[in-house]
Amino acid sequence: MAGNGEISEVKVSQEALDIAKKQATLGYRIKRNKACYMMLAPYFILFFLFTVIPVILSVCFSFTYYNMLEMPEFIGWKNYIKLFLEDDIFMKALKNTMILAVVTGPVSYFLCLLFAWIINEFKGWVRAFLTLIFYAPSICGNAYVVWTLILSGDRYGYLNGFLMDLGILDNAIIWMKTEKYVLPFLIVVQLWLSLGTGFLSFIAGLQTVDKSLYEAAALDGVKNRWQELWYVTLPAMKPQLMFGAVMQITQAFAISDVSIQLAGNPSVNYAGATVVTHLLDYGTVRFEMGYASAIATVLFLLMVGSNLLVQKLLRRVGE
Amino acid sequence: MSRQKNYLKPYKKRRFFKPKEKKLNRSMAGNTLLFVIMAICGVAMIMPLVMVINNCLKPLDELYQFPPKIFVRNPTLENFSDLFTIMNDSWVPFSRYILNTIIITGGGMVGHVIIASLAAYPLAKHNFPGKGILFQMVVLSMMFHWTVTQTPQYMMISWLHINNSYWALILPACSFGMGLYLMKQFMEQLPDSLMESARLDGASEWCIFWKIVMPNVKPAWLTLAIFQFQQMWSNTGSTFLRDEALKPLQYSLQQISAGGMARAGAAAAVTFIIAAVPITFFLICQRNILETMTSSGMKD
Repeated sequence: MAGNGEISEVKVSQEALDIAKKQATLGYRIKRNKACYMMLAPYFILFFLFTVIPVILSVCFSFTYYNMLEMPEFIGWKNYIKLFLEDDIFMKALKNTMILAVVTGPVSYFLCLLFAWIINEFKGWVRAFLTLIFYAPSICGNAYVVWTLILSGDRYGYLNGFLMDLGILDNAIIWMKTEKYVLPFLIVVQLWLSLGTGFLSFIAGLQTVDKSLYEAAALDGVKNRWQELWYVTLPAMKPQLMFGAVMQITQAFAISDVSIQLAGNPSVNYAGATVVTHLLDYGTVRFEMGYASAIATVLFLLMVGSNLLVQKLLRRVGE
Repeated sequence: MSRQKNYLKPYKKRRFFKPKEKKLNRSMAGNTLLFVIMAICGVAMIMPLVMVINNCLKPLDELYQFPPKIFVRNPTLENFSDLFTIMNDSWVPFSRYILNTIIITGGGMVGHVIIASLAAYPLAKHNFPGKGILFQMVVLSMMFHWTVTQTPQYMMISWLHINNSYWALILPACSFGMGLYLMKQFMEQLPDSLMESARLDGASEWCIFWKIVMPNVKPAWLTLAIFQFQQMWSNTGSTFLRDEALKPLQYSLQQISAGGMARAGAAAAVTFIIAAVPITFFLICQRNILETMTSSGMKD
């Protein structure tokens, strides 16, 4: 800016300077936006009460022994030491959660993307119908109890029935009470349930990609749909990719209802135990709130940590 | 909207098996491959729901049949009439459960839509100290599941003495992060000039919010309402509500379906109802929801 020096020569009245100074102060800016804060207040009061303070409480209580009746007693790192060194079930639950998250997280993410991408090739009612088919499982409430019929341990269960009918099995297998089958089936059911908000976001995002980009890419030598996907579509819908990742990862770490419904809690030899079922066990059955808080804090760090990491990775898509 | 329609035009002319007008970078082989993948996966996805629909129409002897059949032979509505009989016999009149559900889901939906859009408007369209950090907190809250804060939330609710009342379900539901996030992203697309002209005409911020912003973001608040409905609908409320007379429909339906073999028919009907309601709502509002999700991306 060459003209800067000259502009500063212009005389500014003291009054105008004072006003400018005043307007720059924090207090003034807060005051001027009073209406904004009034609008924010109802939401953020509730948000603090039911989300922010619980997180802080959870971290604080994780260093105490607290049973909801007596005053919490500070015990330092003992909860965490017990959690990682003595609690075998927690280690098993953590292992299960990691397996479930590492498998269902990325797989469901790519399935969301793949299906959304293919659905985008269709139009009109076919597209609406396909969207409904793939999205319906994730909103059907707890209608996934139908999987208890499919995986039922007697011969009336669909899976047993079909396999016995085909002569592959002689006797019914009690699927969800056999340790080695629990996790694989939980993964299948979870994948079935996982085409949720992220999936919708992808479908919507694909529609907004500018068509002229495809034409330009074709001129630049993009030869097939796969190249088009990698070089044009994905970079153009990066914001949706990041949103979808948050949805899928958070969901993948929080698997609990499906496990409780299908495998029971506690499940056979804790084959279906996850960090959340362990948390529920201590928080709502045994009322060891301090210990439950420690579990919750670990889970919180796991979810937020992996989300932030993946966000960082996704920024690089198409670069 | 207009841009999307233009984009969709070339698809209109293309029929699947006779691609007269060749689209850029699309081969017949690729189309067929993707169509086959889609058909197989689609059938796999829908199969359990087909079972739900068929089960609720099966008479009891077909429910326990070996080998099990997916499709119903002699469809009846017996299961639903069984369900109504059980409902009429229930200890708390069944209409009470329905009323509870209407209050809880209705309160949660309306409260959330109003409160979240009120907060989203300044976050989207104004600059004020603390804006960045407040929104970052909301985004961060989407990165963990509500089960994490379940236990301390229970403590908060019992300290606020709203335990065992509708508020225990409605108030936390009003502050879900997703709703605010979607609303804010959608509002950011509104042109500033819209609000600027209203401001020149002397409208207050509240007036702008109600008269200008809200009518223009109708797809977003419909979406919020549907998402919220899905959340609230599957909530049995059993953690916070102790009085039988306060519990929602979902709770009593699950009680019925836990009734064992004798109630297997009624349970199948219950599963169908639980699944059908949110799916129907989605079907009706699909277009609005997808329009809202367009702006769901995380810009940074």
